[in-house]
Amino acid sequence: MTVRALRRRAVSALMTGLVAGLCLLAVLPLLFILGDLVAKGASSIDWHFFTRSPAPAGESGGGVANAIAGTGVIVGLAGLIGLPVGIGAGIFLAEYGAGRLGFFVRFVADVMNGTPSIVVGIFAWTFIVKPVGHFSALAGAVALAVLMVPMIARTSEEMVRLVPHSLREAALALGYPRWRTSLRVVVRSALSGIVTGSLVAIARVAGETAPLLFTALGNLNFTTDVSQPMQTLSLQIYVYATGPFDEWHRLAWAAALVLMGLVLVLALFARWVTRERYGAR
Amino acid sequence: MAPVDATLLLATDRLTALFHRHAAVKEVSLLFPSNTVTAIIGPSGCGKSTLLRCLNRMHELSDGAWVTGKVLLEGVDIYGGEVDAVQVRRRVGMVFQRPTPFPTMSIFDNVAAGLRVDGRLPTSQVATAVERALQQAALWDEVKDRLHTSAVALSGGQQQRLCIARAVAPQPDVLLLDEPTASLDPAGTQRIEELCHELKRRYTIVIVTHNMQQAARVSDYTAFLYLGQLIEAGRTRDLFTKPRLEQTEAYLTGRFG
Repeated sequence: MTVRALRRRAVSALMTGLVAGLCLLAVLPLLFILGDLVAKGASSIDWHFFTRSPAPAGESGGGVANAIAGTGVIVGLAGLIGLPVGIGAGIFLAEYGAGRLGFFVRFVADVMNGTPSIVVGIFAWTFIVKPVGHFSALAGAVALAVLMVPMIARTSEEMVRLVPHSLREAALALGYPRWRTSLRVVVRSALSGIVTGSLVAIARVAGETAPLLFTALGNLNFTTDVSQPMQTLSLQIYVYATGPFDEWHRLAWAAALVLMGLVLVLALFARWVTRERYGAR
Repeated sequence: MAPVDATLLLATDRLTALFHRHAAVKEVSLLFPSNTVTAIIGPSGCGKSTLLRCLNRMHELSDGAWVTGKVLLEGVDIYGGEVDAVQVRRRVGMVFQRPTPFPTMSIFDNVAAGLRVDGRLPTSQVATAVERALQQAALWDEVKDRLHTSAVALSGGQQQRLCIARAVAPQPDVLLLDEPTASLDPAGTQRIEELCHELKRRYTIVIVTHNMQQAARVSDYTAFLYLGQLIEAGRTRDLFTKPRLEQTEAYLTGRFG
């Protein structure tokens, strides 16, 4: 083998190793977090943890059933509000967003993507909590929906843009009206990407705490009434982690593990939903 | 020029197609006799695809694209004020250079796509129409056992015949083929060319090709376009054997283009 060929091999191996090492470095924190959560939280998780509401301060036992239900209700409601708006905006941007309105919407979405979530919480407090006179799960859901919309809009736009122009032309040449081309062919081709983007956005807001602090507020009791304050896992973690009791700290770890688990399930669900329908591709 | 005695289905009258202020097709007047294959040939960038895209009003979908002159479909100008472009495209089907099966749809749904738009056909008749279209596109025997599998699993040549089936399923009057074999291997090319001879019994076909041999093989009439202008048109046999213009002969013999 010539010297040049040897050198090429060496450089190739070196670069591959470098990239693999950097990749490992990127996932290392995640592995540490997961490991830490399991180590510190798993022991506190038992059946009661999922079925009971928190015990009064100082007493041991109790669970986070109210927080799990609350997370489901608030995030679900946020999705109900945010998904149609976000996906609709994304499709508009990709299909009809060439003009000034599109530029404006895109700009606003980008700015909103960079807005700290606590600001969105203040916004929801100002426009919902204050006029109504009390904290509510609905206000929290609206805050989360406002956070979701720009994320979903921009990812949906990207996904719809990725659909080859030739497909659009093929549908139009077949005598499809423009809106039908958008929905039946273009959006359908982009659907798996849109679903993935939406689930990622849902998973993102499921862990939000700041915008819920002065909207959903938190609640020690189990409730599904969206007009009332409601507990979520993230709020529960915040309360427990900043509290004075060791018992609470353990519960905070356990709640964090459950929250991560929920996000993981959501991610797996996203994978399952968007699997290739026909297998072979 | 093509003889006027043939049944006149499709014709252009001083058709000019522009992108912003640049004219890609200049004052082209052509007749496309019914149930014949007309080939449009010419070097790259001569405007042959643009001309084709004017025939089903696809041209106007591009940025800054517009048209002057007329395209007559059964005597009616498809650019007339009261004509709906979407309706025109249902009567004038099109197949593109690269196969464009809808990736989210099965083979069956691909062919049925044009039938189902606006629910033009009762469901019971869709299956019959799909089979007929696949037969016409000479694809039925290859796919009849897997109609409900993905269309993108087909080979390139099969995909292109699927696109032809999809285009003919709604029974258009005219079929436009835009370099339909450009991305196919010789075997696939041959099948499409054979198909042209079959399909012209039912449809009026206009095919754009940069391959002169292909034009000679499949077409009854040929139009030679250069720099957006119609240089010469006539029966393929005549045009290829005794072109009237020096420029045509030069192109046909490979001296330019």
